[in-house]
Amino acid sequence: MNWLEFITFDNALIRNVVLGSTLLALSSSVVGCFTLLRKRALVGDAVSHSVLPGVCLAFLFQGTKDPLVLLIGAFITGWLSLLTIDLITKRSRIPEDAATGLVLSVFFGVGILLLTYIQHLPNLANQSGLDSFLFGNILSISEKDLYVFGAVAICLLTCVWLFYKEFQVLSFDEGYASTIGMPVKGLRLLLTTLTVLAVVVGIQSVGVVLMAALLITPAAAARFLTNRLGPMVIIAAIIGATAGLTGTFISSAFRTPTGPWIVMALSIMALGAFFFAPKQGILAKWIRQRHWNRQIQDENILKAIFQFQLDNNSNDPVQTETLIKWRPMEAKQLRSGLKRLSSQGYLEQNNGWLLTQVGQKRGERITRLHRLWETYLTKYLKIAPDHVHEDAESIEHIITPELELELEKLLDYPEKDPHDSSIPRS
Amino acid sequence: MTLIAGDYWSMLAGCLVAIPCAILGCYLVLRRMVMIGDAISHAVLPGIVLAFMLTDKMDTLPLLIGAGSLGMLTTFLIEFLHRKVRLQEDASIGVTFTWLFAIGVILVSTFVSNVHIDQECVLYGDLVNIPFDLMEIGGKEMGPVAIWTLGLVNLCVLAFVWIFYRQLFITTFDPSFAVAIGISATLWHYALMGAVSMVSVASFESVGAILVVAFLVAPAATAYLLTDNFKLMLGLSVLFGIASAILGYLLAISLNSSAAGGMVTVAGGIFGLVFVLSPRYGMFSKKLRTLFKVA
Repeated sequence: MNWLEFITFDNALIRNVVLGSTLLALSSSVVGCFTLLRKRALVGDAVSHSVLPGVCLAFLFQGTKDPLVLLIGAFITGWLSLLTIDLITKRSRIPEDAATGLVLSVFFGVGILLLTYIQHLPNLANQSGLDSFLFGNILSISEKDLYVFGAVAICLLTCVWLFYKEFQVLSFDEGYASTIGMPVKGLRLLLTTLTVLAVVVGIQSVGVVLMAALLITPAAAARFLTNRLGPMVIIAAIIGATAGLTGTFISSAFRTPTGPWIVMALSIMALGAFFFAPKQGILAKWIRQRHWNRQIQDENILKAIFQFQLDNNSNDPVQTETLIKWRPMEAKQLRSGLKRLSSQGYLEQNNGWLLTQVGQKRGERITRLHRLWETYLTKYLKIAPDHVHEDAESIEHIITPELELELEKLLDYPEKDPHDSSIPRS
Repeated sequence: MTLIAGDYWSMLAGCLVAIPCAILGCYLVLRRMVMIGDAISHAVLPGIVLAFMLTDKMDTLPLLIGAGSLGMLTTFLIEFLHRKVRLQEDASIGVTFTWLFAIGVILVSTFVSNVHIDQECVLYGDLVNIPFDLMEIGGKEMGPVAIWTLGLVNLCVLAFVWIFYRQLFITTFDPSFAVAIGISATLWHYALMGAVSMVSVASFESVGAILVVAFLVAPAATAYLLTDNFKLMLGLSVLFGIASAILGYLLAISLNSSAAGGMVTVAGGIFGLVFVLSPRYGMFSKKLRTLFKVA
């Protein structure tokens, strides 16, 4: 299959595959958002492993690969696994994670036992498609399969659309949901059913082992890109659909199972979101932190020079070495900070360092805030004067002009701080 | 049903998988780290495949190194996503292991074509073929290679748990106390995860990457329902592990299906029985107690 054919939808088979993989990945991604927000992401993993015995049993009893029959079998054991996890955690002291791991692996083990049993049965020629449930093979999808799975996927999406508001409340505040009279138990049941359905239709393309990724990864990535549920669901759907498409395309080129490639595409997108998301990504956080650190450094340097001049009652240039001796600072950081400040116009270099007018103002303001805060702490919180410096050292960078005004008013424009230094005011 | 000599070797291999798993499983269950164990057992796959691709044979040492480091990487990655990226913990686990496992399957299906390692083997191992891969020293047959490897891993795990019993015990039950008396909780966390990855690798050939989890959880969870004494729990867990290995193998050959699948099924069955009947922590324990009191 070449890529031109792939893109132009020329071939009916290709159209099926593309439509199928997009739809399946999309519907599981949407449902996954809610399971993720309810902190039950790994439950999806348990369900997806647990559908295997259902598929095998359905095949054993019916002897066909009719997708509807297999789907029903998968649905039943998927549901059963969730009930079992609930039963074990409620009725014994086994913790939830152990119950999940136990149910997941035992159901899967039973599934493997049945699967290998079926494979070794004589006279069953058409069993060969079953193992595509393990790693997924969307390429084997027939037109009939597509209708069945597509219908389920569309049902799923409609359900989410209809109950969007209810699910939203349920995901964020279950207590509130029951207080305002929502049928919490029924909704939970519905959401669980949708999760199982999503897994059941998804295994066709991703396979039971990696199905968890289709529920968890798009939702996790979307969570980093927005703080609102609506956009999160849409972004997750887009990520899921994109991965479904890319994965199908790559796997058809290499003639390997679809599942791993879809998961690969998903994971790369998710890692991208984790690192480069504009607000919550690691890179953004790192840049914010660096900016903040620099601001604190700058203000500390300006404050130090200002206080040095104040204490020594001189307006002579200050040498870097004197500054270090007077207020211990890391030499390297100090030097780069001094350079930065002079390029920003807060300092002038003239046989040492001199504050410009703006620099003078900023250094004075920080000193004022520091001393104001110390006064406030001793006066209103009754903290001993020798314990207030540390706290003021960090808050001085945070206080806004409005707060500063309030403080001044509250303390009645004090002249001296608890250490008997004057509070500068110009 | 008649058993041949090879079956006994396979059964022994099953037991040798079950023993270290049952021991380490107790720690995982009590530390609530079962799903991290699950993640590790999935994630060693790319390590195994890479080691195999580089050395072109199933040598034990490169495998243990390759997969062991992958196990540590998984632990690290989960911690990183959880603490630094601030992704919720269950999602960190889910994202990490599915990604690594996908890489492993892609490597297997694209680049490797060999009898030792294929998609089926990844899923449920190959206990039946273990007796045919014999070790020879100086022209003398010394029994299957896998038995030697698994035996060695057993010794290592037993020694690890024996020598560091106190450290593992304290960090499991009271991590803050452990830190207070100078035992690093982080160090033992990673050490335990290292042991889990080693066992996952060693068991891979016999039971596959996914069913290891059942060997880790099922016996330990069963034992946890029966006792409050940790040493007794370890003992019971090992017992249940061995029982499910032997009975499971018999079940599997009578059904002509995967041995690992059979073992896991039996382990699940034992858990189910104990869960229903356990006098102290079972489903009907209250009813049972009143029954016994009346009688």
